[in-house]
Amino acid sequence: MKIVVAIKQVPVRDSQLRIESDQRWIQEDDLGFEINEPDAYALEEALQLKEKHGGEVVALCAGPSRATQTIREALAKGADRAIHIEDDNLRDLDTFGIATLLAGAVKAEKPDLILTGLQSDDLGYGQTGVVLAELLGVPHATIIMQVEVQGGSIQVKRELEGGWFQHIEMPLPAVLTIQSGINKLRYATLMGIKKAKSKEIKSVTPAAAPAATAVLERVYVPQKSKQTQIFEGDAKSAAAKLVEKLKFEVRII
Amino acid sequence: MATTTFPIAKPKGGAFLLEQRQPHEVFTPEDFTDEHRAIGRATAEFFAKEVAPHLDTIQYEDKSVAVGIMRKSGELGLTGVIIPEKFGGMEMDLTSMMIVGENIAGDGSYAGWHAAHTGIGTLPILLFGTEEQKAKYLPKLASAEWVGAYCLSEPQAGSDALAIKTRAELSPDGKHYILNGQKMWITNGGYADLYTIFAKIDGEKFTAFIVERSFPGVQPGAEEKKMGIRGSSTTPIFLDNVKVPVENVLGEIGRGHIIAFNILNLGRLKLGPLAIGGCKDVIAIAAKYAKERKAFGKTISAFGMIQQKLAEMAIRTYIGESMSYRVVGMIESHLENFSWDAPDAAQTKLKAVEEYATESSYVKVFASEVLDFVVDEGVQIHGGYGFHQDYAVERAYRDSRINRIFEGTNEINRLLATGMLLKRAQRGALPLVQAVMKLQNELLSPPELNLGGPVGPFVAETKLVENAKKIGLMTLGIAFQKYMTTIDEQQELLASITDIMMNAFAMESGLLRAQKIAASGKNAQNATEMAAVFCREAMDSIEAAAKVALANCQEGDALRMSLAVLKRFAKYEPIDAIKLRRNIAARVLETGKYTV
Repeated sequence: MKIVVAIKQVPVRDSQLRIESDQRWIQEDDLGFEINEPDAYALEEALQLKEKHGGEVVALCAGPSRATQTIREALAKGADRAIHIEDDNLRDLDTFGIATLLAGAVKAEKPDLILTGLQSDDLGYGQTGVVLAELLGVPHATIIMQVEVQGGSIQVKRELEGGWFQHIEMPLPAVLTIQSGINKLRYATLMGIKKAKSKEIKSVTPAAAPAATAVLERVYVPQKSKQTQIFEGDAKSAAAKLVEKLKFEVRII
Repeated sequence: MATTTFPIAKPKGGAFLLEQRQPHEVFTPEDFTDEHRAIGRATAEFFAKEVAPHLDTIQYEDKSVAVGIMRKSGELGLTGVIIPEKFGGMEMDLTSMMIVGENIAGDGSYAGWHAAHTGIGTLPILLFGTEEQKAKYLPKLASAEWVGAYCLSEPQAGSDALAIKTRAELSPDGKHYILNGQKMWITNGGYADLYTIFAKIDGEKFTAFIVERSFPGVQPGAEEKKMGIRGSSTTPIFLDNVKVPVENVLGEIGRGHIIAFNILNLGRLKLGPLAIGGCKDVIAIAAKYAKERKAFGKTISAFGMIQQKLAEMAIRTYIGESMSYRVVGMIESHLENFSWDAPDAAQTKLKAVEEYATESSYVKVFASEVLDFVVDEGVQIHGGYGFHQDYAVERAYRDSRINRIFEGTNEINRLLATGMLLKRAQRGALPLVQAVMKLQNELLSPPELNLGGPVGPFVAETKLVENAKKIGLMTLGIAFQKYMTTIDEQQELLASITDIMMNAFAMESGLLRAQKIAASGKNAQNATEMAAVFCREAMDSIEAAAKVALANCQEGDALRMSLAVLKRFAKYEPIDAIKLRRNIAARVLETGKYTV
């Protein structure tokens, strides 16, 4: 089974983010980067499927040159090889553009299964996997909790709302977007890190991608829109003040 | 193998005093390869997820939990970094080993377990074992299936290691040595499976033995109740007629001191990254607290004196880090094409480490004292809460103290550092005398007039470093003239000279690193400011140490003349250190951690 895992490099969690002066993005100078968390689970799922069923895991990443670090870590964890769609200006593209680039690389590989995280920790659109499936003309399922391979098809468990799940049987090839926390992430071992050095990273220059139709207008810190007021005094007078506020200020009673 | 390639000169040990290094010739953390960084992240992740959640258990309830964690870290390769692959290791370079050390050092107790096992517990066999001994024991140590320990000290023989009383006698059939005696302060003692034990054959020939825990007569004593690193195991080991097969003699009979001293050299250097790892942790803890704690209506991070503390913690950590990896790089420069398959592989490695024994002692002393400073200020920033067991900084404070004692006390290291320089000079390995004479001639000629010399970044600091070295050489020369061969007995004087030389090395390491970062085109403001502040404050302590030393060696006109020269060398134009420290603190507070 040949599995392509699309991974993205994002700023390290809990980073202190500062916004660029032009308000188009965050300052990246002093930031550390790591694999997007749901993508890490997608990679782990792929590695476990390979351990069960054999085959190959190919990590695919569209990102600037610094993304090599994250790609190497995927290789250190056990991906067999990687494809890096390398460009420092990918931020100018929207989801459709990125998915177009990914689809081009995936097509050449003819994989049985394509996994990716359900969304990215930085932009959080949650669309790339879905658009990618559409461009490839293969079925997809999102928010996947579990994957079972049965011959030429797969059984997947989708997370719905309110504690409900959906079990679906799907033909292959297919795209799955993976939910965080569905498996136990492995550590990169020192031997893995050492071996990753000799694994192939194919660097591809991005093909022409459709110009962005969705543009990031402005990046800013969430503005405080809620206010808290505390009424001093005993319960009776506080309750009276509350009623007054609700009646005349908020006008809901 | 993670290899480091950079055009570093292969300087002679101690030559930093006589030669001027260029920024591109020193190794700095900025030179780490992607692989090194990946190793650092993998180790830090392991520590955060597998060690950090168990710290209280390890410290207060069940220290043996650390053994299980260490075995788990073995699965990642963290306990076999430099061991050859054929013996189950990762066969990586020294830098990788240091990086693992730094990232595992977030807790003194666990660091004790890990560092003792992978260092003194494993290295004697790796570097001095026969092929058979290595094949038999290294795979078990590389995986941490067996825990290693090292038994040198005895109740009456700590710093004075050669005074050990443990005896070994050959059995009548010539097949075993029978060991009797008592070892003291054995890290991992209570849980180790394999010990490197030093004993004197027939009470004379100082020799190392590989001793399995299961050999009858090996008995660890009760755990010591310690001030710090309470979650590490420290016990005496009693040896009661222990039969050790003759094939378990490690290295040559009567040459055990070679093992003891070489292993210590490497241990001293490794203490640098371990201490620096601890410093970084405490800086982050203190910065976080300073940003949360409110007083007088502000967070205390807004106060200048708190900022000065954080800045000074960062500055000294930066210098200690720069020194540590500079020395690591100097050693690596001799190991560029190193292969364990070469017949003299271990010798090559040992020689490279031994070359920088003086610099390794500087790293040990400086880094352990930086850590003590950092934890002390860390507690202070926490105020009353820093005195509570519930706060991590309290543990860090207690855990730090041992670093100035083990791997050779800082006093022993201060004596050794200058002692070894003098020995090298006597052997003709270091033209120290020539340098001193040249300097003395220079001093006789009138001082150059300072008619607006070169200005620009780093110029003033470069001059300070140059002058710091001159003060060191001048003091050493005068001290040697006074005491000649009995200088060995002048402990206080030797320690003062070491302090001067060590500070010169520290200043230079921090400065060259800042210059190197600037030359790479990256933002070097932080490093530059840290180096600028440190160079000046180090010069003040150099001047103070030199005064004490000179007054011990000279009097009257001679002394007055020397002091005048000292004053000239130590002179500098002050910079606004308060402002610079505020800048440095602002970066610590903004990022919430130590950054360069």
